[in-house]
Amino acid sequence: MLYFSRWKAVAVLLTAAIVCLCAVPNFFSERTFQSLPHWAQRAVVLGLDLQGGSHILLEVDSAAVRKEKLQSLLDDVRRSLREARIPYTGLAVRGEQVEVRVTNPGNQPQALTKLRELSQPLGGLLSATGQRSLDITDAGGGLIQLRLTDAAITERIRQAVEQSIQIVDRRVNELGTVEPSIQRQGIDRILVQVPGLQDPTRLKELLGKTAKLTFRLVDVSGSLEDALQGRAPPDSEVLYGTAKEGKHPYLIKKQVMVSGEELTDAQPGFDQRTSEPIVSFKFNTSGARRFAQVTQENVGRPFAIVLDNEVISAPVIREPILGGSGQISGSFTVEQANDLAILLRAGALPAPLTIIEERTVGPGLGQDSIAKGKLASYVGAVLVLVFMFVTYGVFGLFANIAVAVNVAMIFGILSLLNATLTLPGIAGVVLTVGIAVDSNVLIYERIREEVRHGRTPITAIDAGFTRALATILDSNITTFIAAAVLFFIGTGPVKGFAVTLGIGIVTTVFTAFTLTRLIVAWWVRMWRPRHVPI
Amino acid sequence: MLYLIVAVLLAVAAVVCALVVLGVIPHLRLVPDDTKFDFMRFRRISFPISATLSIIAILLYFYHGLNFGIDFVGGTLMEVQEKAGAADLAKMRSTLNGLGLGDVQLQQFGSPDNVLIRIAQQPGGDEAQQAAVRKVRGALGDEVDYRRVEVVGPRVSTELLAYGTIGLMLAIVSILVYLWFRFEWQFALGAMIANVHDLVLTIGFMSVTQVDFDLTSIAALLTILGYSLNDTVVIYDRIREMLRRYKRMSMPELLNISVNSTLSRSIITHVTVTLALLALLLFGGQAIHSFTATMMFGVVLVGTYTSVFIAAPILIYLGVGTSRLATGEPEAEAKTSKARA
Repeated sequence: MLYFSRWKAVAVLLTAAIVCLCAVPNFFSERTFQSLPHWAQRAVVLGLDLQGGSHILLEVDSAAVRKEKLQSLLDDVRRSLREARIPYTGLAVRGEQVEVRVTNPGNQPQALTKLRELSQPLGGLLSATGQRSLDITDAGGGLIQLRLTDAAITERIRQAVEQSIQIVDRRVNELGTVEPSIQRQGIDRILVQVPGLQDPTRLKELLGKTAKLTFRLVDVSGSLEDALQGRAPPDSEVLYGTAKEGKHPYLIKKQVMVSGEELTDAQPGFDQRTSEPIVSFKFNTSGARRFAQVTQENVGRPFAIVLDNEVISAPVIREPILGGSGQISGSFTVEQANDLAILLRAGALPAPLTIIEERTVGPGLGQDSIAKGKLASYVGAVLVLVFMFVTYGVFGLFANIAVAVNVAMIFGILSLLNATLTLPGIAGVVLTVGIAVDSNVLIYERIREEVRHGRTPITAIDAGFTRALATILDSNITTFIAAAVLFFIGTGPVKGFAVTLGIGIVTTVFTAFTLTRLIVAWWVRMWRPRHVPI
Repeated sequence: MLYLIVAVLLAVAAVVCALVVLGVIPHLRLVPDDTKFDFMRFRRISFPISATLSIIAILLYFYHGLNFGIDFVGGTLMEVQEKAGAADLAKMRSTLNGLGLGDVQLQQFGSPDNVLIRIAQQPGGDEAQQAAVRKVRGALGDEVDYRRVEVVGPRVSTELLAYGTIGLMLAIVSILVYLWFRFEWQFALGAMIANVHDLVLTIGFMSVTQVDFDLTSIAALLTILGYSLNDTVVIYDRIREMLRRYKRMSMPELLNISVNSTLSRSIITHVTVTLALLALLLFGGQAIHSFTATMMFGVVLVGTYTSVFIAAPILIYLGVGTSRLATGEPEAEAKTSKARA
């Protein structure tokens, strides 16, 4: 147990030294760190609870995705049957499916063939799973039921989440914050973490809007009074103005002239005459052509700019707008105009996002936590080191060296992994010091015992190590299992705790098995002790 | 003040170290060599005591309850710092109670200018929680610094509670499976009883003290579990070794020797853990206060007691070593095994 071949000793020391060296970049200044080659830019990242910032968990409204998908299926069925000139009645969404009744039973087979074309194979060409997007049932008597398969809905939600992540990314980046992180979590969730953000109110406002912009005509032929009584014309709906304008009701055509998807740019600015904040926008070619056409045909009539089912403004078309650009004025504040421009540039979300968890830590608290965590760690370390020295003398010193190397190695590995250090993570490090010390205590106590049983110093030390290391392995594996479970089920701060604890156990076992043994072996060879000074 | 304490501490440490180096004071021996405490006799006292305490803890859990934090019941937690100095809790309370947000709790947190605001979960789903935060921000305005704002919606909190519970169960089961493979099943069962006992008592402690039970509490419980197991495994390791060596020794005697010979290690390790936790408790700040307090109770008070007075003696009842006596091996074999050891 006490014999180390030369190459083995070198390997142990080299491993420990290299891992410890990995912690060095943490001490560099920001400039030096940036000048390092990319592969060397590895350091411990401070968690949001330490450096301050906002953690926001969003959920994609999958019910809305499902509803929208059903609505578009309904439109597809209508178009498909019209194209085939098959008369039908009772086309509607019923629960989770679309139903339609073919008027003439003779058309039934033809209608079924036509509608089956709507069902598409899922998963693309290469990964075709044989699943299709629709279940079509012939319920008899001309009634046809079309149901979206679960796979189709899952696929659609997946797409919606992916699109949302891109759009959220664009919106958050517009805020000009440092290194925001946007990740998918679970099936339908998005985690946004913005370090250093103190007040997430504006971020939340930006994320909370779907930003579906449409340009539509105001229905001037229908009666607004009737519509408010619930008798709106079939191709129009009642929408309300912004709260600032007193939620004025408008009767708006359902048909969309041009939508926000056709925008190529949107910028905040000021109206030249009224110097009111506005958002000016540009359409792409097809959008510009359509907008020109509609405005030409409707000079003198009002149209509405609708954002998320709210009428921002409803100006009268004074002259055809041919240039493909225009401006939105809706008595905005400068900030509102700015945010609207950001939202329009970033694009509309496929479905609304809901904030289901928010954790924001101000920079003051983070600094306090770091300072206190550091102080507590130093005090704890000093207490433990002194206690070990007082109890075991020179062997206590060996233990202290091992523990110091241990902590340095933990930070080395954390840096290598670019891991996040949270406040519970610091607690994890402190507890690891406890466990690391325990491994030394186990060894030394065993040596004391073996000495009492009358062994010679060298055989006592040898036997002490052999017996204690088996115990150390057993006890550390059990603690490691607890840390592993914490890592897999834990979120956020708890995960940070599990990471440091788990890494700490690995380094503890390493130092106990190699470094402590190596130091003691050297000491024995140098001093050839007559008795063991433990 | 804080740094003065630290400086004094360092000075004392330096002096003590110097004295040890000079050989003025001998190495510290917290436990004398060759103790012969009859720990097993205490089982007639410790088992009833533990059983009673466990029942009390379970009753406390059901009738007094835990002070669940927002992680598990949802709601909003805000830590604000009054910019103008000490916070006027009464004034702030009346302002916030006027917002119609239901149950709003205020509590001084750490220094006098720091206030912790807890708002119960608002009816109306996730959006309603956000609206509550906007109202509070509107009411308190710029007079305070928002040091921390945590909002946990109803669904997330349900999930967190479920994951936390599943995590604890999973940890216990996986550790048991490991012990079952490494030892015999009786040891695994003994360790489980000992550790569930620890967790139950710690939950009782949390119920009595009404510390916030949140995600970090789960971390604390798991660490207590890990430490407690660590201890139990060290003693079990020794018991197994003794079982192999002394085939004819009576179980209580064998267990007593095992616990006594690991006693010094148990005490020294717990002193070091206590020192580390003490530092966290005194200097770590409010944020991890409940975490360390719980750990202190679970690891230092309960964990040590359990491994000595519960985990070891329970092996007698679980029938460890009886098969070995019952088969009545020939003396010769016992001798050779002794010689081998």
